[in-house]
Amino acid sequence: MSIFDGLVRTARRRSPWLFHLNSGGCNGCDIEYVACLTPRYDVEQLGILQHGSPRHADVLVVTGPITRTTAEAAQTVYAQVPDPKVVVAIGTCPSSGNVFAGSPVVLGAAEHVIPVDVYVPGCPPRPDAIIAGIAEAVAILAGETPRRAEKPDQLPASPKPDASEHGPTPDLDASEPEALP
Amino acid sequence: MTFSDAFVRLLLFPGLLYAFAAAWLMEWIERKLRARFQHRIGPPFYQPFFDFVKLVSKHPVERPAFQAFAMITLPLAAAAATLGALALLPVADMKGFPGDLVLFVALIEVTPVCAVLAGFVSRSPFGGVGASREALLIIAANVPFLVALFALVTSAGSLTITELISRPLWAVRIPAVLALLMTLPVKLHLNPFSAASAEQEIYTGATTEYDGPRLALWELSRAFEWVTLTGIVAVLAVPGFITPWLVRVPAFFVISLVVVVLLTTLSAATARLRAAQVARLLLVVGSGMSLVALVVALAGW
Repeated sequence: MSIFDGLVRTARRRSPWLFHLNSGGCNGCDIEYVACLTPRYDVEQLGILQHGSPRHADVLVVTGPITRTTAEAAQTVYAQVPDPKVVVAIGTCPSSGNVFAGSPVVLGAAEHVIPVDVYVPGCPPRPDAIIAGIAEAVAILAGETPRRAEKPDQLPASPKPDASEHGPTPDLDASEPEALP
Repeated sequence: MTFSDAFVRLLLFPGLLYAFAAAWLMEWIERKLRARFQHRIGPPFYQPFFDFVKLVSKHPVERPAFQAFAMITLPLAAAAATLGALALLPVADMKGFPGDLVLFVALIEVTPVCAVLAGFVSRSPFGGVGASREALLIIAANVPFLVALFALVTSAGSLTITELISRPLWAVRIPAVLALLMTLPVKLHLNPFSAASAEQEIYTGATTEYDGPRLALWELSRAFEWVTLTGIVAVLAVPGFITPWLVRVPAFFVISLVVVVLLTTLSAATARLRAAQVARLLLVVGSGMSLVALVVALAGW
């Protein structure tokens, strides 16, 4: 490893810039994520900056389950981040869909759409946990820890609501309102 | 000015070597002070350097050939021109050539022109809005800026920067330098005049679509602009009768840093004005100070 490689690794470790993508969450994780930027946690002392454009970012921070409308946007944003890049999924939603799993508009885990490197569990996770997750992602970015081996699945076709799981769809027009006593 | 003088100026002081060191130092001071004002700890000393290295080491997203060419050439031209302008400042040696002020003004105007082109060439709506705001603001800022320089030139009777340092009357020089100082936040995209790179509205304006080394060059050219624009104020603020370079150089450096602290304090303490408000403020209020300087210079008081 030449001196230049070492310098680049150090620079990548010390200057991660984040882009925040809410792929359809409830805003709970977003609030905890933004708390990391406040004076109490102040991630700028670690060189972490929040950027408004994915072109400037190294770390893509995903909150919320992937919905039908955001799946394509998530892939576009992922493609806009220049290499090398890592994805941090914050909260339970992007790992499993959480309470939204099975909804007809939710595709489920973020892994189906973009490759996720680090999961931060919690609903929502504490800012400390988010910072720890970003630190783990940054180690991957600097090449200090290897990336997870699994390849992401192909984007599944829009799932049809499963009648057996959710029960029959109520027919609103057919049911007469009950007469008041 | 001989070839060896020009060589030292361009490569050592106040050119390349000083420019990199001062640019990163000023960027760090700006970020650290802003963080301290917000009760945060702020970035460590080496942060701007690592940001630059990291951006250079990234692999930019592929672009069509002409767009890729323009997106690397424009920031490169901006950085090179600003560096050239910085090298024209007579700090250590009081040497110059007739008309170097004209060249200086032309070179520092390259960055805004490149930024406007860069915003439109990136084909991003945010880049376009940022570029049009940048064009509006820079025209508005240049009215007081150029009138102030014109007042100094009238008083000195010369277009050489060294003459501008030694000759003008203090009654002209003080309002002229203050007017120059007032236009700096506009040229450096600082609050309250940061409409051109308003991050909560249009991300970073003209540079929104720039990634990796392209963005690194923009950041570098912005940092060089800090050094150059605080430098011209510092050069004009050090009295011309102080000739030994051992006094002039530290005075130049200290005044530059004081200007950085002032600009940071202003930007941390204020909110953003709309582009039209900035233009009106600069044209009506900002030009007042430079017009005072011009009237005094023409009357010869």
